[in-house]
Amino acid sequence: MAHEHAAPTLHGLMAEFENADALVAATNRARLEGYRHMDAYSPIPIEELTEALALPRTRLPMLVLLGGILGGAGGYGLEYWSQVIAYPLNVGGRPFHSWPHFIPVTFETTVLGAALAAFVGMWALNKLPMPYHPVFNVPAFARASVDRFFLVIESTDPRFDRHATQKFLEAQHPVGVSEVAP
Amino acid sequence: MAEALDHPHDPLAGMSTDGLRTPAVIAPGHDFNSVTDKIAGIVLTKRTPIGWFFGFAIAFAFLLLLNLTIGKLLLEGIGIWGNNVPVGWAFDIINFVWWIGIGHAGTLISAILLLFRQQWRTSINRFAEAMTLFAVACAAMFPLLHTGRPWLAIYWLFPYPNSMTLWPQFRSPLIWDVFAVSTYGTVSLLFWFTGLVPDLATLRDRAESPVARKIFGVFALGWRGSARHWHRYEMAYLLLAGISTPLVLSVHTIVSFDFAVSVLPGWHATIFPPYFVAGAIYSGFAMVMTLAVPLRKFYHLEDFITMRHIHNMTKVMLVTGMIVAYGYVNEAFFAWYSANPYEGYMMLNRMTGPYAVFYWSLILINALMIQLFWFRRVRDNVALLFVLSLFVNVGMWLERFIIIVTSLHRDFLPSSWDIYTPTRWDFAMFTGTIGLFLSLFFLFIRFLPALAMFEMRTIVPEAKLQGDHH
Repeated sequence: MAHEHAAPTLHGLMAEFENADALVAATNRARLEGYRHMDAYSPIPIEELTEALALPRTRLPMLVLLGGILGGAGGYGLEYWSQVIAYPLNVGGRPFHSWPHFIPVTFETTVLGAALAAFVGMWALNKLPMPYHPVFNVPAFARASVDRFFLVIESTDPRFDRHATQKFLEAQHPVGVSEVAP
Repeated sequence: MAEALDHPHDPLAGMSTDGLRTPAVIAPGHDFNSVTDKIAGIVLTKRTPIGWFFGFAIAFAFLLLLNLTIGKLLLEGIGIWGNNVPVGWAFDIINFVWWIGIGHAGTLISAILLLFRQQWRTSINRFAEAMTLFAVACAAMFPLLHTGRPWLAIYWLFPYPNSMTLWPQFRSPLIWDVFAVSTYGTVSLLFWFTGLVPDLATLRDRAESPVARKIFGVFALGWRGSARHWHRYEMAYLLLAGISTPLVLSVHTIVSFDFAVSVLPGWHATIFPPYFVAGAIYSGFAMVMTLAVPLRKFYHLEDFITMRHIHNMTKVMLVTGMIVAYGYVNEAFFAWYSANPYEGYMMLNRMTGPYAVFYWSLILINALMIQLFWFRRVRDNVALLFVLSLFVNVGMWLERFIIIVTSLHRDFLPSSWDIYTPTRWDFAMFTGTIGLFLSLFFLFIRFLPALAMFEMRTIVPEAKLQGDHH
């Protein structure tokens, strides 16, 4: 690879497991062992991994709330500004600021703002789309989207040691342990 | 095997038929691989079934008819349609409401049933959501083309600073409708695409052709199944479901406001919002049934779309259909109870006027025929259910025809009464959108996973954690 001289020679070590139980158990033990820079990969969402990896609470609900408030305020603001200030029009003698009429659109823009925040926020926090990631260098990883489970301990972890970490992973009854090229 | 199939969320979900009368949501004996193979195989196969080409060709012919009709419409104007004063709204709005209503079942299945942890939604949500998107696309066409020249209509539909400094009239339900439908379309698309991403990653990893791998790869966004990603993904999915639930109820409510906010007898009724929402879900489930029955038969998906799904869909149709029937009774009751001569005549005209045959047909279908769904023997007969679901589609179309046409053609002033007859272009446009809908659906089945693979994996026994990890 062209940038081999600058980048670390190893992204990390990857252990492949046959089932979710083995992955969760291994992840738990790795955390207890003191590893922090690691990630688990699975073809289905596994709730237990949140705890095993000690993942922090996601900020997504807050973003969605903000998106909803912005959408609602924006929708109502647009209606107020266009119907009262920019283009006041007498419709059946109603006041310009006939707020009950403004509710349906406000509701819809609230929903739109919240949904866009959920969608954009989730992908942004996940740093996706990402065109390249080292884990795909391992051929066996193709099964991560079908039926296999993977734990990667990254070389940036302070406790990472090429041999000790490999030994640790091999002790977790994996199908195999492989190096992940950067 | 049977006891291993149960799921942490729903102890009844995986039970086999012995001992219980409820069939399983997935046939026993499946694991991650068999589920993935079966569903991905439909997309990744090199051999497209000959029946697919046959079906697509018919659908595409109708799509071409739609193109022809739109061309003629743009050249000559909306005079090619049969609607004219006093029936200013006819096929365009009938079909709009019909299509939008059909879409509602997709969102109900994907969002509301998710919140209620109805596990049986898992095998039908993906194609039901696709159905929603395509139905909304068909629906949106009608009001847009009814403007005659849609490219000139944009300034009173959408608020944007234009050179005339004009703004849309936000006191009109028609503008609420623009916001409701465009929000609905957008949110449905986001929800659908979010659900697709992990499956696109599976297709990327399994595709043999380098071109397919590239294309699936781009749309999979580099998804790698990381636990950190899943964590936020599940949260986003749940939030989108929570947001979509009030949204789907609001959309048909606002569609009903198009009528209910006016002062026309037959439209000006407070029952309209719940009556429309129930009707939407009822017709939508009928369309899901219409699509699911051939899909499971021709692609041999009986293991995934089981009798449990067929039964549940039938029961939803029965319940929502009876709410709709209550709406009919309510309309008739208030026509009498209001003691208003215009309201009374509207109802009499529906029952005995020139369109009475349509009124009684819809009563026959939507109120009487659906009583068949009470019987288990009917619910077990898939072929019969397919035919009945087609009738429900027709019945709900007739309902909109009756609501719109009979209310308009004889209103307050007898001197302006008239009879509405659709032209051949009305029918061409309607069947054309059916062609568009089916063409999109055929393409969807061929090129995208019609069932949600990653969600299907979560309901096989393999997905259940055995040990205590706490």
